[in-house]
Amino acid sequence: MLTLLGSGEPGKPGPWSLWHRSRLLAVSSTPVYLDYAATAPLAPAARASILEHLDLVGNPNSLHGPGRAAHRLVEESRERLAAAIGVHPSEILFTSGGTEADNLGLKGAFWAAVAERPRARGILLTGAEHHAVLDTVEWLARHEGAVPFFAPLHADGSVDLPAWEELLARHAGDLALSTLMWANNEVGTVQPVVAAAAAALRVGVPLHTDAVQALGHVPVALRAPGIASAALSAHKIGGPVGVGALVLGRDRTPVALQHGGGQERSLRSGTLDAVGVAAFAAAAEAAVAALDAERTRLEGLRSRLVEGLARAVPHAVVNGPAGPDAVGRRLPGTVHVTLPGCEGDTVLFMLDMAGIASSTGSACTAGVAGPSHVLMAMGADEATARCVQRFSLGAGSTEADVDALLAALPGAVAAASAAGPASGRHDGTVRRTETTKGEAA
Amino acid sequence: MRILAAMSGGVDSAVAAARAVEAGHDVVGVHLALSRMPGTLRTGSRGCCTIEDSNDAFRACDTLGIPFYVWDFSDRFKADVVDNFVEEYQAGRTPNPCLRCNEKIKFEALLDRAIALGFDAVVTGHYARVARAEDGTVELHRAADDAKDQSYVLGVLREDQLEHCWFPLADTPSKALVREEAERRGLGVAAKPDSHDICFIPDGDTRGWLAERIDLTPGRIVDQDGTDLGEHAGAHAFTVGQRKGLSMGRPAPDGKPRYVLQVRPKENRVVVGPQELLEVDRLTGIRASFAGAEHPAAAAGTWEEAHVQVRAHAEPVPALVRWAGGPGSWTVQARLEGSLRGVAPGQSMVIYQGTRVVGQATIETAHSSAWDPSALATNADAAV
Repeated sequence: MLTLLGSGEPGKPGPWSLWHRSRLLAVSSTPVYLDYAATAPLAPAARASILEHLDLVGNPNSLHGPGRAAHRLVEESRERLAAAIGVHPSEILFTSGGTEADNLGLKGAFWAAVAERPRARGILLTGAEHHAVLDTVEWLARHEGAVPFFAPLHADGSVDLPAWEELLARHAGDLALSTLMWANNEVGTVQPVVAAAAAALRVGVPLHTDAVQALGHVPVALRAPGIASAALSAHKIGGPVGVGALVLGRDRTPVALQHGGGQERSLRSGTLDAVGVAAFAAAAEAAVAALDAERTRLEGLRSRLVEGLARAVPHAVVNGPAGPDAVGRRLPGTVHVTLPGCEGDTVLFMLDMAGIASSTGSACTAGVAGPSHVLMAMGADEATARCVQRFSLGAGSTEADVDALLAALPGAVAAASAAGPASGRHDGTVRRTETTKGEAA
Repeated sequence: MRILAAMSGGVDSAVAAARAVEAGHDVVGVHLALSRMPGTLRTGSRGCCTIEDSNDAFRACDTLGIPFYVWDFSDRFKADVVDNFVEEYQAGRTPNPCLRCNEKIKFEALLDRAIALGFDAVVTGHYARVARAEDGTVELHRAADDAKDQSYVLGVLREDQLEHCWFPLADTPSKALVREEAERRGLGVAAKPDSHDICFIPDGDTRGWLAERIDLTPGRIVDQDGTDLGEHAGAHAFTVGQRKGLSMGRPAPDGKPRYVLQVRPKENRVVVGPQELLEVDRLTGIRASFAGAEHPAAAAGTWEEAHVQVRAHAEPVPALVRWAGGPGSWTVQARLEGSLRGVAPGQSMVIYQGTRVVGQATIETAHSSAWDPSALATNADAAV
């Protein structure tokens, strides 16, 4: 039997003792955080903003002095955010986060489109979208008669533009809307959203883009022709959790999902979190201002990681755009790898034991890691799509973080290989008999 | 030691983990996702019907200050436990899925994985005791609390598995004390009710669940002598000891009620007979194993005094047992001093000597010494 944990040379701390130390030193956070794509630590500018406004009293919709003060903070934040991302302030609807923004941008737009053209129920998308988009479209298909059309992806995760255009041409009359994420949350591939939106516009189909992962990391042209709406989230860029925005063209009138006080152009009722939106604006300003410098710095760290990976785990496969021209086509801080024969959740477990926080991409509410739907949409089989790991770097990431990962990874990979698949999935030892008559039918 | 605590989300495993932490070990909590939700567009939404149990386990680990993970064993669970459960019923046997889960999932799949990942032992909340004999070999014994003793469902564990098991609740005098301890430790699951049902049949309707998975083919009902008594709708719907639902339309010659004595799926026949033939005193068992070192009497092939238990909380009965075969192919015969009622093939017979679990076997045949069912087989063709 292999005994990897704590089996280092005498006197040298093994991964286990490292973990143990981390447990003693830091209760709520692990020493090496490589999961910025899940959520980023609070940015100094956002922190300062929260502390400045934390004691604010007043509902932004109240008509008295305190209300006006809160209103002013909200509207100033809206203007600051708008300026940072290059849109008009009235085009920003604050929401509770990216998921709500995607739901409003998709469901609201779908219902509005169907009200105008009842027979146009198609939604053009790709299989690599975030679950906030995929599951929303699936829900619309199940309950509202929507018909999804999936555009194919290239092996690097980017949409096949000619195929996208062909689907638009073939189904134009049947499409209510289209949607394409700006940057993929797992693999990091940046999509040609501007070209895809322009193509959609030519046949009169609006496009919603989930720009949650792109904001602050790559330039986003949210006013490019054809983009009807875009989803943003504060906590991916160092803002607080619980705040996001739907950037919505002024000519767009989706059907509201929630009703009440008529806030946010009557499209998103509910009292705004003035402190939260102010911190969101502060984080966005800082992230956009630092974008070019950070992008260069993170690309450097990324190269260090990828080059080190080739030495530490030679059989690892880096997913997403590669090659000399790839820099503009991927997120600078995301490294997504396939570790053949190593279940993603086992590698995550071993790294976590060593005090390194990484991700497999997706987990269900019970905490079970599933195969990467993104990799499967890119053509991988399910077994391969289970053997993935995402390392996402951000503002606080250092060379030491990358080096710590590279030091821990070979041991984690060896242990995961030894442990094998959790459930005999790809070794053929488990009989695959279907026992439910309904399943067999 | 580096300990993996298997956390079901119940109070027992939470307290077991707490004791392991308190003893100074490095403990990691793992909840097994065993059931599956129907697939959606989102692939791999497995284990999600255990959200509440998973969350309870997570919260217990938070309280104990230990890491928590969910491991997905749903494919193995389906193949080794659920499919096996159906197959056993199809073969006319009555399996114990909890025992099977211990054998194949908790102390095989989970334990193997834990060892591969550098753990020394797996801790669970089972009520049973692992002890060392003087010669250093490992033994499995009943728990201190007879009412909670779970050594029966662990009887299938082999020596190599027991070497890496720890059941910290072994010597707890009662479950009530475990709940008190959970309360004292601030564990939210202190008052959580015990689970009794088969976990993958949440509404407890085993017959209904099986009916959805096993096709029923009409066949014949015969008495203990092979005399044809009528038709049944499907042999798999019957279980040994059953009285109701035979619908034969006419009474037995002696006017007494008749009971299912045997289900013979190969011939698709159900054998019924008088109540007294339900009292069985002759058992044969296959797939026998030893919970620790091989019993010295096994190789000798001599009859050995022991106690036999056939259900989780049944009374053990005195018996003479004899092993035959050898490693990998052990079988067991048992002659009971008294008798047991309604014993069905597929159940496990666990063999005890004192508090010690000697081993177990899957019951292949169980009948009264007053009746020889093998005689029925010879006229099977004529009867069908």
